[in-house]
Amino acid sequence: MNNDIIIQLKDIAKTFDGETILHHINLDIKDKEFVTLLGPSGCGKTTTLRIIGGFETPDTGDVYFDGKRINDLPAYQRPVNTVFQKYALFPHLNVFENIAFGLRLKKLPEREIVKQVKDMLAMVNLRGFEHRKVTTLSGGQQQRVAIARALINHPKVLLLDEPLGALDLKLRKDMQVELKNMQKKTGITFIYVTHDQEEALSMSDKVVVMADGCIQQIGTPTDIYNEPINAFVADFIGESNIVDGVMVSDFKARFSGHTFDCVDSGFAPGEQVDVVVRPEDVDVVTPERGMLHGVVSSVTFKGDYYEIIVDVSGFKWMIETSDYVAPEATIGLHIEPDAIHIMKKSEYSDRFGDYSSFSDELDKLSDPEPEEEEEAQQ
Amino acid sequence: MNRSVTSVPPPAKRSSSILTKAACAPHTVWTVLFIVAPLLFVCYYAFTTEDGTLTLENITALGEHTDTFILSVCMSVIATVLCLLIGYPLAYCISKCGPRTQKVLIMLLMLPMWMNLLIRTYSMMAILDDGGFLNHILSALGFGELHIVGTAPAVIFGMVYNFLPYMVMPIHSVISKLDKRYIEAASDLGCNGFRTLTRVILPLSASGIISGVTMVFVPSISTFYISQKLGGGTFDMIGDTIERQFQNPSTYNVGAAISLVMMILILISMAVMNRFSDDEGTVIV
Ligand SMILES: Nc1ncnc2c1ncn2[C@@H]1O[C@H](COP(=O)(O)OP(=O)(O)O)[C@@H](O)[C@H]1O
Ligand SMILES: [Mg+2]
Repeated sequence: MNNDIIIQLKDIAKTFDGETILHHINLDIKDKEFVTLLGPSGCGKTTTLRIIGGFETPDTGDVYFDGKRINDLPAYQRPVNTVFQKYALFPHLNVFENIAFGLRLKKLPEREIVKQVKDMLAMVNLRGFEHRKVTTLSGGQQQRVAIARALINHPKVLLLDEPLGALDLKLRKDMQVELKNMQKKTGITFIYVTHDQEEALSMSDKVVVMADGCIQQIGTPTDIYNEPINAFVADFIGESNIVDGVMVSDFKARFSGHTFDCVDSGFAPGEQVDVVVRPEDVDVVTPERGMLHGVVSSVTFKGDYYEIIVDVSGFKWMIETSDYVAPEATIGLHIEPDAIHIMKKSEYSDRFGDYSSFSDELDKLSDPEPEEEEEAQQ
Repeated sequence: MNRSVTSVPPPAKRSSSILTKAACAPHTVWTVLFIVAPLLFVCYYAFTTEDGTLTLENITALGEHTDTFILSVCMSVIATVLCLLIGYPLAYCISKCGPRTQKVLIMLLMLPMWMNLLIRTYSMMAILDDGGFLNHILSALGFGELHIVGTAPAVIFGMVYNFLPYMVMPIHSVISKLDKRYIEAASDLGCNGFRTLTRVILPLSASGIISGVTMVFVPSISTFYISQKLGGGTFDMIGDTIERQFQNPSTYNVGAAISLVMMILILISMAVMNRFSDDEGTVIV
């Protein structure tokens, strides 16, 4: 076994009220790594995190810490600390005492406690807030106290459950950078839960994409983005056109009535596959030079590019282009071989990737609100 | 938690004031008839003589009852502390049970309260009396009889027995509503079960303790029946004194004076406790 691995989940399953929430979760987490569990609301991210923290026991499977099985170790003995989804700061204690909580339990001398808490307050940019009541703090400040309260115990692993979910966009972006810096500075392994794919891609060393209680794919942000393993991952991470296709032979795929050169191989000749093409990888050309032809059905200005929906014999493609095209215009589409990513068929095939009913509002609506998740948890 | 948690209804809007007034009318009439008027009567009696002339004599005469006052305060403090010591762990244990078990346990706790206080106290007497049920068993087991009724412990026992539910209920209600995340956070930061109890659950349930203490202390200090029966007539508590004054029309005025002073003392102690709970940053129920 690799010595670097600090946390290992082996074949974890968990059932609540007869409903299986986690299926065969296998996950290795390396020391000092920033790992993100990413998935839509209700896919079992929090439950996975709670199993690591010791707040839930898996029905089957084992949790290892530094090679030791810790299934039966109660939460208070695990060298792991948690930043809870809604912070859970103690309302009867002020900021100082909240942060000092763990140190007081260790019975450190008062001077040492004061020094460490002050250092920690400086690190999270809350100097001078010692005596404030936690209920008078803003969301971002509470967030920082929660992080300080956990980090002061020098855990080997810090678990963070959607820590930025309740913050507004600007603050969230700032905190993302700060969190990443803290992780680098302290060298603590972060296991981070989010349903925000941008957040996951920008912060993590490793992303674990989950859906329906299963791990779909584990990889670096670039791997996950460039080589999604199935239609679910391709759709969840960024925008993608997912088309039915057939592998003609190695490096040749046929879809939308055209045979394309591609860079994928290892499929059986004639195998049915899902083909992913990212919107920014499709070039708009004149109809004569296009591999595919279509009619522009909508154009949206997005600042530095136009997002256009193109109807290619009934299938709607999303394309990002820097040049304006007029609605109702007939255009040609050109796709480079390395822009084409071939995936095996999965249970998620045909459920994603067509933009025929697409609208930005719908996209937002389906984006889960952190509030909803809270309820789902209880 | 801060004061905003206290459920103060938002002030009614002006436009709906007639409706609001109409809706409040029965309550206002009730309050005036049965709370304000009697209070005014008590004040009137407390500061007048039998024939209606103003006087402070009734108040100054209270000195005679100092011993009774002190005894009452001591007894009710002891009863309240005992209720807390028994009631808190009980409430904590109940709140640890499953939801169904909790309902059953709470019902069992309330069950005696469905019976009249007098009947309960009489049956207590029957059990504890010399030659009563308990002493039968004790002597049958060869321990010899115990003289219980007529002693201070018997009176305190009666108060604890009668008022314990008033301690358990508010504490249980606070603990069972306590956000599980605080307990998980405590455990996450290294608290075992006992430390979670002392460092998080206990301070966070302070409001329940304050309500419980108030709800036990107030009836304890004005107890009269329990002390008469279980005290075997030897324990004169302030409640008994007041009752006795009102059995004779010629001492109404003294009775009213004692009642008034009692009321003021209770109000002061409740204010002190509220103050205390505010400092703790918790809410009174
Ligand atoms: N204690 C619980 N009892 C019953 N169902 C639960 C419990 N905790 C979580 N669940 C269910 O498990 C599923 C996954 O929950 P969760 O792990 O919180 O998902 P996520 O964090 O990915 O949104 C949800 O459907 C939720 O309703
Ligand atoms: Mg969650």
